[in-house]
Amino acid sequence: MSGWTQVCALDDLVPDRGAAALVGGEQVALFRLASGAVHAVDHRDPFTGANVLARGLVGSRGELATVASPLHKQVFSLATGQCLDDPAVRLRVWPVRVAGGQVEVAVAADEAKGVA
Amino acid sequence: MTQKKRLVVVGAGMVARRLVEALVERGATRDWTIEVFGEESRPPYDRVALTSFFTLRDADELLLGDQALWREPDVRLYRSSPVSAIDREARTVTARGTTHAYDALVLATGSYAAVPPIEGTDAEGCFVYRTVDDVAELRAWVTERQGEGRPPVRGVVVGGGLLGLEAAGALDQLGAHATVVEFADRLMPVQVDRAGGEALRRIVEGLGVDVRTSTATSRIRRDRRGRVKQMDFADGDSLATDVVVLATGVRPRDELARAAGLDVHERGGVLADDACRTSDPDVYAIGEVACIAGRVWGLVGPGYTMAEVVADRLLGGEATFEGADMSTKLKLLGVDVASFGDAFAATAGSLEVVYADPVAGVYKKLVLSDDASTLLGGVLVGDASAYTTLRPLVGNPLGGDPTAWLLPDGVEPPSAGALPDEATVCSCNNVTAGSVRCAVSDGGCTDVAGVKACTRAGTSCGSCLPLVKTLVNAELEAAGVEVSDALCEHFALSRAQLFDVVRVSGITTFSELVDRHGTGRGCDICRPVVASILASLGHGHVLDGENAALQDTNDHVMANMQKDGTYSVVPRIPGGEVTPEGLIAIGQVAADFGLYTKITGGQRIDLFGARIEQLPAIWQRLVDAGFESGHAYGKSLRTVKSCVGQTWCRFGVQDSVGLAVALELRYRGLRSPHKIKLGVSGCARECAEARGKDVGVIATDQGWNVYVGGNGGFTPRHAQLLAEDLSTEELVRTIDRFLMYYVRTADRLQRTATWLESVEGGLDAVRAVVMDDSLGIAADLDAAMAGHVDRYEDEWAATLADPEKLRRFSAFVNAPDVGDPDLAYVQERGQKRPATEQERAVLIGGATIPVRGAEVPA
Repeated sequence: MSGWTQVCALDDLVPDRGAAALVGGEQVALFRLASGAVHAVDHRDPFTGANVLARGLVGSRGELATVASPLHKQVFSLATGQCLDDPAVRLRVWPVRVAGGQVEVAVAADEAKGVA
Repeated sequence: MTQKKRLVVVGAGMVARRLVEALVERGATRDWTIEVFGEESRPPYDRVALTSFFTLRDADELLLGDQALWREPDVRLYRSSPVSAIDREARTVTARGTTHAYDALVLATGSYAAVPPIEGTDAEGCFVYRTVDDVAELRAWVTERQGEGRPPVRGVVVGGGLLGLEAAGALDQLGAHATVVEFADRLMPVQVDRAGGEALRRIVEGLGVDVRTSTATSRIRRDRRGRVKQMDFADGDSLATDVVVLATGVRPRDELARAAGLDVHERGGVLADDACRTSDPDVYAIGEVACIAGRVWGLVGPGYTMAEVVADRLLGGEATFEGADMSTKLKLLGVDVASFGDAFAATAGSLEVVYADPVAGVYKKLVLSDDASTLLGGVLVGDASAYTTLRPLVGNPLGGDPTAWLLPDGVEPPSAGALPDEATVCSCNNVTAGSVRCAVSDGGCTDVAGVKACTRAGTSCGSCLPLVKTLVNAELEAAGVEVSDALCEHFALSRAQLFDVVRVSGITTFSELVDRHGTGRGCDICRPVVASILASLGHGHVLDGENAALQDTNDHVMANMQKDGTYSVVPRIPGGEVTPEGLIAIGQVAADFGLYTKITGGQRIDLFGARIEQLPAIWQRLVDAGFESGHAYGKSLRTVKSCVGQTWCRFGVQDSVGLAVALELRYRGLRSPHKIKLGVSGCARECAEARGKDVGVIATDQGWNVYVGGNGGFTPRHAQLLAEDLSTEELVRTIDRFLMYYVRTADRLQRTATWLESVEGGLDAVRAVVMDDSLGIAADLDAAMAGHVDRYEDEWAATLADPEKLRRFSAFVNAPDVGDPDLAYVQERGQKRPATEQERAVLIGGATIPVRGAEVPA
């Protein structure tokens, strides 16, 4: 389990708004919620293939924190990547942490998980 | 494959249309081809609403139903093509010299206006009242006489029945003074009793229309030019007049049937059995030409029923025509008149309960069975509001005290929920209360619109809609369905309610609103709605503070996201007027940034393929060239489309471009429940297609006519007339109020057309608010719009001036100047477009497939 990559300062992220990041060749969508939680999921919208999810609207469905694709509005859980409108579709999720005011993402770790 | 059978329909009126509609809906075109021959130049239109032609001005408004019916495969409408002969041996008809073969023939030739056998009916200025063309000629004649500058044009209407009163109303609307002459001792002798006729007479006379009953006409005199001059009566009296309208009834058009040797009734009408079949089994007769059970049925409702019967028979069914409800409810000269069931108390032993108030101009009568329990019929004059509830109860116990139904407003009549299932609710389309209930309980309909589509109730004259609504709501309630207008799971309020909450409470942030009036953290539905409400109420720039997190990406970056995640950019071009320098500037920006360009439907230019991080640079160039945001991304004013107008056009009567520019600059940036489009045409030719807009303005000699509630899109709508001949100042005030009232009260994503339908009282109610300040909110609406105009600033210029806001336009937070590496384009017709899946594989395939593990950072 190697490699936390420092991506940006926490202050670079606007609460309740996503931002895309290039991490190890991956396009990652980062979300800082008003609650303080930070999530990292695929930036690529699996329904259209366009790299847009960081530009979706965040919100909640029941207890789950969510993001909706800006193209066709499918809603995904930010915590698990699961699409709540289509059980067959799931975003990849990366470990993310805030250390010293910096947001760090571990791309390789999840990659390894994904391959295994 | 066997050849299709051929159906020929002679006549293209309301009933013919219903037949074709019923056949197409039931898939009959699998086995049949349908040819319809009509002598009028128009497709079937609503003859019942003929008089409204005066206010509509446009005959197309009267056309019935979806015109796509006439483009169905195997359906063909021949207009201006009267059938001249039927050959039953050869089974053909002849129209305009061509023969057409049939396997089945339907006669739906309707009626013609009867002309009384008096001298002079061929004088110029003597009209009948049957078709749009008749009405148009009448109007032209009256207008011409008025143009001669003499005292008010006088008109005589012969016939005091339904048509005659319609015609008198038409003359009245045209500004002519009308006298109605009726042979019988009262007006509407077929529908109302003597006392009802008297009440009607008093009301009609009160409206300035003269009435002469028990009067026979003897001759129409003409002047030297052959024009109508005077009407002579049998009693020796006479009346000077400039126009005569003959409305003495209609006769079945059975001449084709007679010539073809079909059996006809001695008083007219093609004899048919209860399957609507004539003496030739391959020939049917429906509508006003058919004589079934010894009588002709001169209303559209029974005609529709016959059409359904024949449709069923042609498809092998066994339907029969069992007679029909001849009830009528009309608004003549603004007076309600209704007659239903046994209106004349012809049933043996029947009792009449009467309420009359000559001062208020109201007469109501119920006819009851001899035990005073069962409703048999009635007459309502002056106030027919009880009609929709009473008519379905004919033949059923009234329940309670019958006088409760007759007393004036304020006395609540028994509930409609108690209607028996077999009671007919919509007599035009023969829909029972049971079918309406069933559409809700079994058919899954959850609102009136659904029930209308499913049962056709209320789709003809619409008079039963209040009753249908009551039934639908009662049924929904019974089923435990809560009729909810909640916005989403986070807010139990509708958009309009939320708007009021924000306005009254002064809340300026989403967090506070959701904490106090909602639950959770919002979603892609409620966040943009709240953003729009906050913007409408003037709470700052769309990207200010927390507002930024509420905006859909389009509003967030002020551009329109396209399928590949890039954006399109639309600078505002008010009224579609642009200088050559402006065009060159836009073109140069497109060339420099490699953008695909296309002209939009709103008379401006769309630049496609801009990456998010390019938007500020693109807009800096556009703003420098004098452009501003076009709000193509917003639920807000889009464009005001215009024709070139009086300035250049030889037909134009007003400066449509100037007005369009002024309106676009006034309403630019106004946030609303859905997009808003306007149009301004410089003359009645309507080149700006303004009636396809939410607000359409059409120039007249005297000023501007304003239409509201039009749109294109999935369900196209023509805008309806809101007000006529307004000065520019009045026009702007009217549009201000209309738009602001819409912004405040419409639901999310509700265009003006559906909003108008949902407002209680519809267009009339909105007109009352906007023109007559019926709610006392006009000053408030005016102030709100003035505030909008004052506060307007170009969002893009403001954004470019604020480094904090510009940070949001980066592709990657950790690589702001790197573009999305996955974008790929190919050339087509000299410009770029997004590559398809297959093209991408060829173009950049290898380069973009991530090599797993190869780039693990150290």
